[in-house]
Amino acid sequence: MSNIIDRRKNAKGKSTNNRQKFLKRVEDQIKEAIPDILSQESIKDSNGGGKVKVPIKGINEPNFKHDPKSGKKHYIRPGNDKFAEGDKIPKPEGGGSGSGKGKGSNSPEVTQDDFVVILSRDEFLKYFFEDLELPNMVKKYMESTTTFRNQRAGYTKNSVPSRLNVKTSFQHSLARQISIAGAYEQKIRKIEAELEQETEQARKLELQSEIERLLKLKNTIPFFEDVDLRYNNFERVPKPATSAVMFCIMDVSASMGFHEKDIAKRFFTLLYIFLSKQYAKVEIVYIRHHTESKEVDEEEFFNSRESGGTVVAPSLKLMHKIMQERYDPQVWNVYCCQASDGDVWSNGDAVECSQILKNDVLPNIQYMAYIEIKNRGLEGYLWHAYKKLRKEGNFSMRNINDVSQIWPVFKALFKKKSLVTEEA
Amino acid sequence: MMDKEKYKALFSSPNWDFETIQAADEVTNWVGKEFFKLDTYVNQIEIVTSEQMLDAYSLIGLPTSYPHWKFGKDFVVNQSSYKKGQMGLSYEMVINSDPCISYNMENNSTCMMLLVIAHACQGHNAFFKNNYMFKDWTSADSIIDYMVFARDYIMQCEEEHGAEEVEKVLDACHSLMDHGVDKYKKPPKLSAQKERERLKRLTKVKSENYNELLRTLPAEKEMRQERYKKQRKFPLEPEENLLYFIEKNAPTLDIWKREIVRIVRKVAQYYYPQTMTKVMNEGFATFMHYHIINKLFDLGYLSDGFMLEFIKSHSGVIYQPEYSSPYFSGLNPYTLGFNIFMDIKRICTEPTDEDKLWFPDLIGKDWLEQVHYAMENFRDDSFIAQYLSPKVIRDMKLFAIFDDEDSEFYEIKAIHNERGYRKIREMLSKSYDRSHRIPDIQVDHVDLHKTSKLTLIHNIQDERLLDEEEAESTVRHMRSLWEFPVELHSRNKAGIDEDFYEC
Repeated sequence: MSNIIDRRKNAKGKSTNNRQKFLKRVEDQIKEAIPDILSQESIKDSNGGGKVKVPIKGINEPNFKHDPKSGKKHYIRPGNDKFAEGDKIPKPEGGGSGSGKGKGSNSPEVTQDDFVVILSRDEFLKYFFEDLELPNMVKKYMESTTTFRNQRAGYTKNSVPSRLNVKTSFQHSLARQISIAGAYEQKIRKIEAELEQETEQARKLELQSEIERLLKLKNTIPFFEDVDLRYNNFERVPKPATSAVMFCIMDVSASMGFHEKDIAKRFFTLLYIFLSKQYAKVEIVYIRHHTESKEVDEEEFFNSRESGGTVVAPSLKLMHKIMQERYDPQVWNVYCCQASDGDVWSNGDAVECSQILKNDVLPNIQYMAYIEIKNRGLEGYLWHAYKKLRKEGNFSMRNINDVSQIWPVFKALFKKKSLVTEEA
Repeated sequence: MMDKEKYKALFSSPNWDFETIQAADEVTNWVGKEFFKLDTYVNQIEIVTSEQMLDAYSLIGLPTSYPHWKFGKDFVVNQSSYKKGQMGLSYEMVINSDPCISYNMENNSTCMMLLVIAHACQGHNAFFKNNYMFKDWTSADSIIDYMVFARDYIMQCEEEHGAEEVEKVLDACHSLMDHGVDKYKKPPKLSAQKERERLKRLTKVKSENYNELLRTLPAEKEMRQERYKKQRKFPLEPEENLLYFIEKNAPTLDIWKREIVRIVRKVAQYYYPQTMTKVMNEGFATFMHYHIINKLFDLGYLSDGFMLEFIKSHSGVIYQPEYSSPYFSGLNPYTLGFNIFMDIKRICTEPTDEDKLWFPDLIGKDWLEQVHYAMENFRDDSFIAQYLSPKVIRDMKLFAIFDDEDSEFYEIKAIHNERGYRKIREMLSKSYDRSHRIPDIQVDHVDLHKTSKLTLIHNIQDERLLDEEEAESTVRHMRSLWEFPVELHSRNKAGIDEDFYEC
């Protein structure tokens, strides 16, 4: 008779292997498409995996087939509503699309436009960060992947004596002894009851000896059997030896409009995705500043409308302070990203900023990126003051004035060391 | 048999469970055998999720296949159009194997489950077992075994020679798959066990008999002359199975590559009958589910509500948009096949004067026997040529358009009237002929003396030329397998080349 099988619980992803092979084939096209995603939609959405448009041309499977335009062909169509034999119908202008689509539909050649590949989060990140790495991160990151620690993971029945867990083993032993003794006890009680009823002497003796035998068995239940023994079980888990903290410093002075904040936000988000791929634990400290500086939460950072004039230096001081209090650079990988339109109250403020960076911040952190969101030609005070810091290995600065520039700039700031060329 | 009321209650609930599936299988099987004399393989009904259905799509129904990016691409394309809502998944998928495996979507309603079980497990299954194409060309009991062998073999090749190398060979083979089919001789049965043994023997004989010295011995003069005579024209007859020709005759191809060519060729051969019987196969399955469900209703196993849902689904299956409809995408094989089978039954039982003229052999015969005969002994083109009746042409309002490259007009060649019936039948039959879809390309000869150049001839029919870009790439693939120059002549009836490709 028929077999009925529920396949639904079977492992998913039977096509994964073939899918990977296919993705590998269109890898270049995916990489090309990624900057588009970045400039078109919110980065936070891309976080869960992106949609990539891949033109089907690159992955054609050729075979010998007829040119649909050539030759003399007959087609049979259903639903004649107005034609009589011998009617002539002009072909559509241009011939191409009109005759191509309707006519060829009986044949397997289906015209396909670009179709969309949906990448999972991991796949997306893989392509996204393919050529990137966090500067100065290599050493600590390597450490983090090579150290393991043993983590308790329940009990196992087979292991070395030194890992014997006495308490659990004893519990098992006790349980076994009680249950087995109980079974004997029951039997004994049954036989004793029978003994009382019994009158025949021979049978009595027989029952008595049986009781004795059972008692003996009951009293000689071994204290430990192999089945009782439990050993502590350990699992090797990779130990993230390092964690990272990212300071996001944003200028929210009146001159930063929606457009500027949007770009800054995208940039920070990108950096966050990047960091969270590399580190098990990433913390973010949001600092916003106008005339005064304040540590805020994410919500307030991006959405608060509070605004005022621009004084930058206190925000860097604040960062330094927080770092000293909470994020010891010996333990934490510290990153900083500052976004501003470059306007400052006075040149003195800019000079102070550059000094704080040089003396207090840069020596203690892994990397700092400064992005200036500005589409005016003149350099701001801040840009001017920061220029001298460029020779510090862990400082980069770039100008962004359009969403589409975020990805190239991000790439330039974080490209692998081997690829770094002298900054313009 | 459980009592009818219990079945009725079971099938009336919109939510199915395994008892329902089992009951559906039992009753359809019983009705199929008892009333419609269906002879089937054992069924294996598998309940799958939509993602698993997409998996099945990409492997064209096979439970396993060798790894290749093409299947991944199909999966991604299907998945993306499914998610966008451009494409629905079919309710079932069934493969030609023994036991006959059918996949049923978990989100089918009870009514759909019963319908697809009748459709796939009775209709398609009986078709696979009894149609002469399938009987002659496939061995249902060994295909799954063979695919397991193919998968293991290709994975082993990937390990030994690198995935990229294997991919190149597979790409080339796939591009020639349409030309890897024997149409005239029956291939030997395949079995994984035998394949493995054959392979082992082959390598063993080769290595045992290999002797460098033997190659330097001067051959007998006569023998050489004999061989020369034979070799003047090679091959003696044109060969249209390009993959077969490569497998047997490519001068320097590695053994493992030859084996891959063979695997792809075997798979192409396995699908060959399916491409030749689409209309009949779907038509017959639809005809059967229609009759089985109606019989069950007549016998009191199904409620009125069930029948309403069934009629809706059934008419969805055989919906044929008209040529001018935006939903039109060719003739629906379900509709065409169903209509013809229904008409065979009608002609047997209630013939008109017209039928007596057109189908004298069917009049007054047992309709079930005639339906079985038609199902067993034809393929799409011959089936249409034999059975497409004026009534079906009228009902579907079929008409023929003539499209000449050189003309500025389409011409209506025939419509559904007295003058048109035979023409339409002939043209429709021809459009299901394989040579109509797949260009006729054959190996003409090999230059055995100097260059080992392979010459292919494309015989132009109806002035239809090859798609140039595709032909160029495919010739390149051909060369990568042949490993020596390849040229392709597109030749018209007068023997003159209209196109020429080389690589």
